[in-house]
Amino acid sequence: MTKRSLSDQAAIVGIGQTEFSKNSGRSELQLAAEASLAAIRDAGLDPSDIDGMATFTLDSSDELLLMRSLGLQEVNYWSRAPFGGAGANTTIMQAAAAVASGACKHMLVWRAFNERSGHRFGQPQDPGTTVGWNWYLPFGLDTPAKIYSLTFQRYMDRYGFTNEDFGHYPVVARKHAATNPAAWFYERPITLEDHQNSRWIVEPILRLLDCCQESDGGVALVITTPERAKDMPKPPVSIRGIVDAQLIHGHVMFNYYQDDLSRYEENYRAASRLWEMTGLGPSDMDVATIYENFSPIVFMQLEGYGFCKAGESVDFVKAGHIELGGTIPVNPHGGLLGEAYIHGVNNILEGVRQIRGEATNQVEGAEHALVAGGRGGMVLGKA
Amino acid sequence: MSSVIAPTPDGVDQYFWDGVARKQFLLQKCSACGALRQPPAPMCSECNALEWETQEATGRAKVYSWLVSHHPTEPDADPRIIVVLDLEEGVRFVANLVECNLADIRFGLPVELTWVEYPSMNREAPQILPQFRPTGDAA
Ligand SMILES: [Zn+2]
Repeated sequence: MTKRSLSDQAAIVGIGQTEFSKNSGRSELQLAAEASLAAIRDAGLDPSDIDGMATFTLDSSDELLLMRSLGLQEVNYWSRAPFGGAGANTTIMQAAAAVASGACKHMLVWRAFNERSGHRFGQPQDPGTTVGWNWYLPFGLDTPAKIYSLTFQRYMDRYGFTNEDFGHYPVVARKHAATNPAAWFYERPITLEDHQNSRWIVEPILRLLDCCQESDGGVALVITTPERAKDMPKPPVSIRGIVDAQLIHGHVMFNYYQDDLSRYEENYRAASRLWEMTGLGPSDMDVATIYENFSPIVFMQLEGYGFCKAGESVDFVKAGHIELGGTIPVNPHGGLLGEAYIHGVNNILEGVRQIRGEATNQVEGAEHALVAGGRGGMVLGKA
Repeated sequence: MSSVIAPTPDGVDQYFWDGVARKQFLLQKCSACGALRQPPAPMCSECNALEWETQEATGRAKVYSWLVSHHPTEPDADPRIIVVLDLEEGVRFVANLVECNLADIRFGLPVELTWVEYPSMNREAPQILPQFRPTGDAA
């Protein structure tokens, strides 16, 4: 790749988070401010050192109000990432590009919401809110669980997978969360039987325990150049590569209009771009965090990133490969099912902790972490 | 009968809902190259022409994917079958399957258009929707 690619052009130098709960008792702006301040201090910086900011278009906190709360004196670059959970990867990519280009020196990325006690994204959409929803809402296709399930069905049919097969992931996620004190489901593991006894959300695809949590909380990161990172207190975590891959004919939340819905094409595209950019491959990864609004998407991404062949992910998971101690531990913090659902950004923080060597469920000597976000992803590594 | 969310036409899709009110199932077609586009767009992604017309669909289709929704709140207090259809014209369309037992749903099931009027959750007037039912033919 050329020197201009985003390989090793930026490093994550600070992370911060609030507690994860179902009722934070304070405003989303306050959660954003608390998490951001923790990340800035973790980086050994003062708020006045931050001159760039990025979040999701869906984030309710206003940039100016957050500047005013934290004491950011002058911001020279700001941006927002469209879409839902895919925005997690995009904000980091924007931040990396901003510091690598010199547009700013220290980027703050945050995501904070009261997603359980306030506006619940998993609930049916309000009628007539967004262009494009008319093709779905009148027909009752009104929640992410249903929208994704029409794709999962084709995937299940192609490889003969069942809902019980997918249940093996939530069991792992909850096992990992059980030993993570920051996780909502700390000390609360589940069995496959619990999974099979949970109610259908979308028959015959998703049960309650296949779905991510609804959480209140905030997370934040600070990103700067590798040169500046050398002088900062925490071991710098290099962004070895970062990519997004959005394909034509996507509509509202998914792409029903490409030929073969059993194949998560955006994920395959992102994976091939990421391996090309980094010169690394699945066997080089020591740990992975994988975005999982719903459990089937973990299986699809294990295949898309090449940890196993297409159609072999269920056997791969059943064999224990994704558990702590396995060949590629996935979501050691418990992921979005076990730890919390902060729109996928908390999965990025776990990737940073694993490379620093400071995770609760640490994978010993982790050199490379894949942070997979469906249509995008990044590889984090020791600088 | 469950109530449904009535659409709020957004300018790009007005022709479709106008057609629905007349029980006409319309697809958007590029006037320059003839490409059908569903969902619609103001410009043709194949040739970038802005001119478009409508074509009435035959209403014949096959089930490409499906699910049963039972979220315990409206609008699916009664379980509702949502399908992605391959229309005979070669484009995909999301709708509902009616007059069909759960056990009989399968990929490739041949279906045909039928019009059903539902109470609306967000409007006074009832809402007509294009719905699909098994044709009884072999695949
Ligand atoms: Zn055209």
